[in-house]
Amino acid sequence: MNEITKEKLKASDYKSNLKPVWCPGCGDYHVLLAITQALAKLQLAPENVGVVSGIGCSSRIPAYTNSYGFHSIHGRGLTVATGLKVARPDLTVIAAGGDGDGFSIGGNHFLHACRRNTNMTYIVMDNEVYGMTKGQPSPTTDPSWDSALSPGGTGLSPFHPLVIALASGANFIARTFSGDVKGTTNIIADAITHPGFSFIQILSPCVTFRPDQKIWKEKVHTAIVSETDDPARAARRLMSDDGFNTGVLYRGHREPYRFSCGEEKGDIAEIQRQFVV
Amino acid sequence: MINVSHNTSVSLAMVGSGGAGVMTSGSMMLEAATKAGLYGLMTRTVGPQIRGGEAAALLRLASKPVHCVDDTFDILVAVDWKGAERFAAEVPLSSNSLIVTDPETGDVPAILAASGARIVEVPIGALAASVDGGRANMVILGLVAALIGLTKEPLNKIIAKKLGDKGDAAVNSSRAAVHAGYEAAHKIKSPVKVDVTENQEKGRWLISGNQAAGFGALRGGIRFVAAYPITPATEVLEWMSPNLPKVGGTLVQAEDELASINMAIGASFGGKPSLTATSGPGLSLMMEGIGLAVSSETPVVIVNVMRGGPSTGIPTKSEQTDLNIAVYGLHGDAPHIVTAATSVEDCIFTTQWTVHLAEAMQTAAIVLSDQFMGQASTIIDPPANISFMAQRLVESAPAADYVRYAVTKSGISPMTLPGTPKGQYTADGLEHNPKGLPSTLMEDHRDQLDKRERKVSEFNYGDHWADIEGDENSDLVVLTWGSTTNAVREGLQRLESEGIKGKLVAIRLLSPALPKQFDKAVIGAKRILVVEQSHSGQFLKLLRANYDMPGEVRSFRRAGPLIIRPGEIVDTIKNWRLQ
Repeated sequence: MNEITKEKLKASDYKSNLKPVWCPGCGDYHVLLAITQALAKLQLAPENVGVVSGIGCSSRIPAYTNSYGFHSIHGRGLTVATGLKVARPDLTVIAAGGDGDGFSIGGNHFLHACRRNTNMTYIVMDNEVYGMTKGQPSPTTDPSWDSALSPGGTGLSPFHPLVIALASGANFIARTFSGDVKGTTNIIADAITHPGFSFIQILSPCVTFRPDQKIWKEKVHTAIVSETDDPARAARRLMSDDGFNTGVLYRGHREPYRFSCGEEKGDIAEIQRQFVV
Repeated sequence: MINVSHNTSVSLAMVGSGGAGVMTSGSMMLEAATKAGLYGLMTRTVGPQIRGGEAAALLRLASKPVHCVDDTFDILVAVDWKGAERFAAEVPLSSNSLIVTDPETGDVPAILAASGARIVEVPIGALAASVDGGRANMVILGLVAALIGLTKEPLNKIIAKKLGDKGDAAVNSSRAAVHAGYEAAHKIKSPVKVDVTENQEKGRWLISGNQAAGFGALRGGIRFVAAYPITPATEVLEWMSPNLPKVGGTLVQAEDELASINMAIGASFGGKPSLTATSGPGLSLMMEGIGLAVSSETPVVIVNVMRGGPSTGIPTKSEQTDLNIAVYGLHGDAPHIVTAATSVEDCIFTTQWTVHLAEAMQTAAIVLSDQFMGQASTIIDPPANISFMAQRLVESAPAADYVRYAVTKSGISPMTLPGTPKGQYTADGLEHNPKGLPSTLMEDHRDQLDKRERKVSEFNYGDHWADIEGDENSDLVVLTWGSTTNAVREGLQRLESEGIKGKLVAIRLLSPALPKQFDKAVIGAKRILVVEQSHSGQFLKLLRANYDMPGEVRSFRRAGPLIIRPGEIVDTIKNWRLQ
């Protein structure tokens, strides 16, 4: 891009004019703002950005951005994003979605996306509830949270996304709070820039089904320990994690996923020779 | 007195428990036959064990191209009989057949002996032991070659080619073992000899249906594959993996079938013609993703190599029972393409054509193959090059008023690819308006349903929708599809040689239905026989739902794993004519 003749892109240039379905006060508005600000910070051409999601409130986000979006099916956003990135390494690919989409129905893909370490960024807007289906417990919900589907709570230990990401081999792991738009913007830009698979858990309150999460803005705090490139140190930090530490936890040096793409020369005659007896 | 006939084909079974090496013997026999100017088909029957189960290499060799198995086997040679009773039904013998057995391995199983086949004892194990480093599978290779009248020369060439890198000792001991088998055969009167042609064509291909599907896909322009292994489709993926990079493509091994179909969709959204291959259980898992491809109008090809179902079913055996799920498995009104290859060789054409259809119509397309075709190896003449290539209607310079899902006359809308300025849109499984924005409006739903239906139903499929052969004016029509086509084809050819005429209509395009073309194909029919390898008659029901069939309609069907044989078609038609 020619910086002299092109005008600098603003955050609003990365936003579509479609009105979100989200409830007033939903944390996801701030995440959308942070994503558009991060893209503006990096001055990426909108046509070179792919935003891919699954299903759920937060998974509506691709259509609210000005990018090549794909609102796919429940739990499969990461796989569509992986296919897109492998086929088109020239693009910046962001997968986004919620805790139910990413850790329950899509849980297997989360493990393997971390393992595969494809050069892309995965943003999970975690509100510890299925919002689109009107309030059921998700994998990150507290075991005692009462709901119509699981009266008295699920009694199940919550899924710890950062522990799983670290154990599975993600190359960049961070947590932010949606209310901290500036911090979230910087971490998203950082994650996009870092090679390999970057995972960001964004605590994004659901004001409708989890009004108790309003208190999150008081509970979150910048982690007192600085980021590390040592998985063992990161693991020890997570053992004493209260779930509200924000910032970059881990920044690794693993080589991103490599795939063998030869040149597009279409030499079929050479290939078919192998069949000749 | 035994009649030694020069048949148009000979059928051989080489039997031995897994690890005995009978598959190697079979492959070498097939290649040697090619060197001798013959055509051939080799199928395999194996048990579920990874190593050590019952196994048989089943070959049919002829001086003309071979596409299906014969009614009975002429010669069965066994290294041992472990578990052989479990596939005896797949190796039918007659009183004209010859069984060669090693008395050291016990009696011929009663179920095989009951055929009345002549049994000859040869000390196969002892002959192998008499050669330093000799193996029984090489002894039977020589034995069978001599019985059918092949010279040792092509065998020696193949041994050098296959075992050359193991050193001279390995080559020499194999040649000696082959020689021992060859000599032993001189004392046996063989029921059959092959017609070794003088005309030894060069350049014939040895290819399996799974390789053929992969090759057709590559030739059609597929450049991204997402893979999850499953029997009996894995070889499609294993063939494509090293060959894709040669043309600038790539393969990703996915964590499951949910991932593989959706990775393929993501890659195709990025502009790369994309494919995955699977079998029944994997196809079940992929259904939601296939619906996404239909709704978001993202081209994707799924090669489904059918096996016995339902559930895990019989993974190593063939059946034509994924037709229902392929055609009807998607929720909602989701028009898409379902095709089926009609022979091992046709896996090339049909897969290539299907890539073209998926790309041209921007939708999901399922190619049905089956275990029989997929895992059969065959000798073919080099196939004609065909021009079908992935050609997507791409908008590379979108105007300010560009909309992704424009309602067009053909139903096909120009698609922008990521990286194209001012072409940004969001692909969606939600119903959407022409811009791609989510919509619950009746008008948008109706228009988009109409458009997706129109592009598939009004597309020009040309003559490729079916293979139509035989007597144009016959009032007997046999309708079939997939691998069963070849038994019907051969059955009708045999009837024709007896003066009984019939017409074959093998449907390659199973969905959408093309009633006008179908009507023309069956016009004047008084008897229609519908042939398929399915217990419930899935194909018959598909025909009944979509087409008007004139005259009397009968169904000839059977579940897997028993292959439908040409003689059964002959008998069925003859019996019907007598009534």
